[in-house]
Amino acid sequence: MVLLPELVLSAGALALFLVSLAKAPSVQTVKSVAIVFGLATFASTLLAFQSQGSLFYGAYAVDQYSQLFKVMIGFSLAVLLVLGQNLKGISPEVRPEYYLFLLLSVLGLMMLVSSVELITIFISLELSSFALYLLVPLRDDRTGIRVQMEAGMKYILFGVMATGFMLYGMSLLFGLTGTTYVQGILTALAKGNLQPAVLVAVLLVLAGFFYKLAVFPLHFWVPDVYQGASNETTAFIATLPKFGAVALLIRFLGMPTGQSSVVIELLAVLALCSMFYGNLSALVQKDIKRMLGFSGIAHAGFILLGLLSLNREGYGAAIYYIAGYVLMNLACFLVISNVSKEGENLRIDDLNGLYKRQPVLAFVLAVGLFGLAGIPPFVGFMGKFMILTEALRADHLLVVCLAAINTAIAIYYYLSVVKAAYTADPGDSSEVSIHPMIQLTGVVLVLAITLLGALPARFVDFASSVVQNLP
Amino acid sequence: MDLLLIKEGFPLLSFLIFLPLAGALVLLFFHGESFARLWTLSVTALTAVCSIPLLMGFDPASAKYQFAEAYAWIPRLHINYIVGMDGISILLVLLTTLIMPFCVLASWKYIQKRITPFMFCLLVMETSMIGVFVALDFVLFYIFWEFMLIPMYLLIAIWGGPRKVYASIKFFLYTLAGSVLLLVAIIALYLKSGSFFIPEMMWQPYSLTFQTLVFLAFFLAFAIKVPMFPFHTWLPAAHVEAPTAGSVILASVLLKMGTYGMLRFCLPITPDATMLLATPILWLSIAGIIYGGFTALAQQDMKKLIAYSSVGHMGFVTLGIFVLNTRGIEGAILQMINHGVTTGALFLCVGMIYERTHSRELALATGVGKYMPWFVTFLAFFSLSSFGFPGTNSFIGEFLVLAGTFEHNTFLALAAIPGAVLAAAYMLRMLQKVVWGGTNNPDQSSLTDLDVREIAVLAPFLLFVFWIGLGPQPFLDLMHTSVSQLLEQLHHWQQHQQVATVFWR
Repeated sequence: MVLLPELVLSAGALALFLVSLAKAPSVQTVKSVAIVFGLATFASTLLAFQSQGSLFYGAYAVDQYSQLFKVMIGFSLAVLLVLGQNLKGISPEVRPEYYLFLLLSVLGLMMLVSSVELITIFISLELSSFALYLLVPLRDDRTGIRVQMEAGMKYILFGVMATGFMLYGMSLLFGLTGTTYVQGILTALAKGNLQPAVLVAVLLVLAGFFYKLAVFPLHFWVPDVYQGASNETTAFIATLPKFGAVALLIRFLGMPTGQSSVVIELLAVLALCSMFYGNLSALVQKDIKRMLGFSGIAHAGFILLGLLSLNREGYGAAIYYIAGYVLMNLACFLVISNVSKEGENLRIDDLNGLYKRQPVLAFVLAVGLFGLAGIPPFVGFMGKFMILTEALRADHLLVVCLAAINTAIAIYYYLSVVKAAYTADPGDSSEVSIHPMIQLTGVVLVLAITLLGALPARFVDFASSVVQNLP
Repeated sequence: MDLLLIKEGFPLLSFLIFLPLAGALVLLFFHGESFARLWTLSVTALTAVCSIPLLMGFDPASAKYQFAEAYAWIPRLHINYIVGMDGISILLVLLTTLIMPFCVLASWKYIQKRITPFMFCLLVMETSMIGVFVALDFVLFYIFWEFMLIPMYLLIAIWGGPRKVYASIKFFLYTLAGSVLLLVAIIALYLKSGSFFIPEMMWQPYSLTFQTLVFLAFFLAFAIKVPMFPFHTWLPAAHVEAPTAGSVILASVLLKMGTYGMLRFCLPITPDATMLLATPILWLSIAGIIYGGFTALAQQDMKKLIAYSSVGHMGFVTLGIFVLNTRGIEGAILQMINHGVTTGALFLCVGMIYERTHSRELALATGVGKYMPWFVTFLAFFSLSSFGFPGTNSFIGEFLVLAGTFEHNTFLALAAIPGAVLAAAYMLRMLQKVVWGGTNNPDQSSLTDLDVREIAVLAPFLLFVFWIGLGPQPFLDLMHTSVSQLLEQLHHWQQHQQVATVFWR
């Protein structure tokens, strides 16, 4: 019961492996198996929500913190599989493998949020990352110039570099404290009398997760990978791994470094750089996935702003923000992957007149984008509001003002997409027909974005209380 | 919480806020065009009727927030759902609820495509507009304040004129950019006062630097919304491109939110900064009055003309607010209502002529008096009202504002006088051209006069023009207690501060 979600995912991966052995697996079967296991994963995370325990000699902790993240990951996985069920950019021969690696990557993320030991963290992260590195080049070669290969190479090279940083940091931590258990490291560091190497070690470990979250100096992979990967893969890269990154950042930021003011200043600078870089670059993008990639960098900056206060209110706000961010991004990618006819990339112009071609999708897109822009009553506003409140409470007035100015910059590019969808003339682009199941998913996302934004109290209270119980 | 008169029993204000929203949600499921029109008309009419009890139950002798409701919302951050209404907001709430059915009627034929979404946007607008005027929690206020941008943006961007894309984006960016620092100011105030409850933020001993920074953040947001002189450039574009109903909402209600915000937040929350910065703001108001007048004089597009006249009229309102005396502020509130009635009606008139000639050019609408006698009669009365002819509503408002200004500073008042003359010049110029024109009038014989629906839309506006113009006392009575309480506290604060400064020296 404690491991139920992980077991379901492993079973799903095995089942897809068996399906892939068949001579010519039907597309329909593969899709159904994947969706069934996706929904089952979500159900199992709900079932396992209350369970608690410590496994594998204390290397694996199942607690409220990890279960909260697992529910969010499970929900996003289910939505992702439903919204991208047609897998337009992936050729039918490799679809079983595609789903296989997808589920393995999610398995890695689930393990990651439960890991409380450095080697376990590393293995989970690599399981999640390597499966993901493979998903990028699985796109069919539509352009003839193999952009997906370029994207895959960039993703893996930058990723391996970030992992190298992280491993180095972990080795330093082990050397300084003599243990690989997070709990043990905390106890050893709490004794005080810390060397400057602790700071270096912690920052190196954080760098690995900054890479996943796409924070400023480790963001270089984002635009090209977003553009080169198929729409469904990008939807995955843009959403689920962020949960893992935030969960682990919160775990490691709790480590005493003896230099917390340096850490805070560094976080503030990185947050501002991410916001300005992301928002200003997004202003000029034509490809909508690239634009969302840059907007993701800016949002990563906002999350850092929430972590800046280094207290549980700030962490709670950051968890709330990332949950909202993933919902809104899923809403946008639902539209992108369904408007795209054969899995090609969409330019912003391709959304022209979407309102006339498919009103439901236009509505979902507008809600998602206005949410990302931080307009009330959507979840993006409440998240922004709480993060700014916590940051200002910690007395970072200048940072807060600059962040607020950034939201004003950001509105322009979100609005230009809404403008294309609602006011531009559709020209000769045809109507978009979508499955009722996808309409339903869109409505669920819109409701979730609105309700979580209007009634955030319970979620934030819960998130803050589970953060408090962390070691 | 002794500032609130909690309403027992039926939550009337919440009902008024959420009735249009519920009506809008119904429209998501039923798409018939004539159904959408009738349904929206009945929902807005029901809201208007249900707002009448506000007037009946309002106690003008009390400066407390009445019809108040308070529920916990996000306890962690001390955010509550608190709504209430005092003498400053009651007229604005009533103006909003009463004007909406006429906006629906004005769009009856004007809007020909995508009717259901249009009505949806109108209803959502109404919810957020009422919400802004009655919210007593700053976060609640901000949510309504910002949310309003989305339906208003769509109203201009989808159903607007030829340059709708430019105008709508400019409107959105301007207003949003103005209010991002407002959010920071709200959070800063919360961290100082420990609550988002607006009355608890008032009259707190913040330092002068803090007050000035908060005031500037407030002022930027509200001045853009008003719009005050250097921040006004979004207004003509938005007004010209918006459909009639959008222009009416923009002129009658949206612009009032800026001045309402100054009155509700700037004065009581940052009194020292207000007194420090009142003089430059007064001169900015004068600049707006004169500039709006001269620019309106040169316009060939009727909507643009009225839009620039709005800049001038709203200059009178800010002038009245920042002279900080009873006459000025009461005149300013009355002028907000007057501007809502008169300019709203003028935009309706222009919309009616546009439906016939498909142009807003003044040159193409000359000489219609012969063929549209009813129309020009209405237009004449509204134009007279617009430049403050005695006997009409604006006369009372402008008179009070100018009287308050003379009390404050004679030079300032003298500087405002040319604005009133300019108003007469540009309004009479438009009226003369529309009614008589010249020797080269286009052939207008194909035009039909107003039908019953259109007369029914304009007549209530005319009623209020003369009602406020001839018997303004009931309106002033409603606001008097709240205004004098506000000023009493302000003067008390001023003396108290002077004592403190003397002591400090």
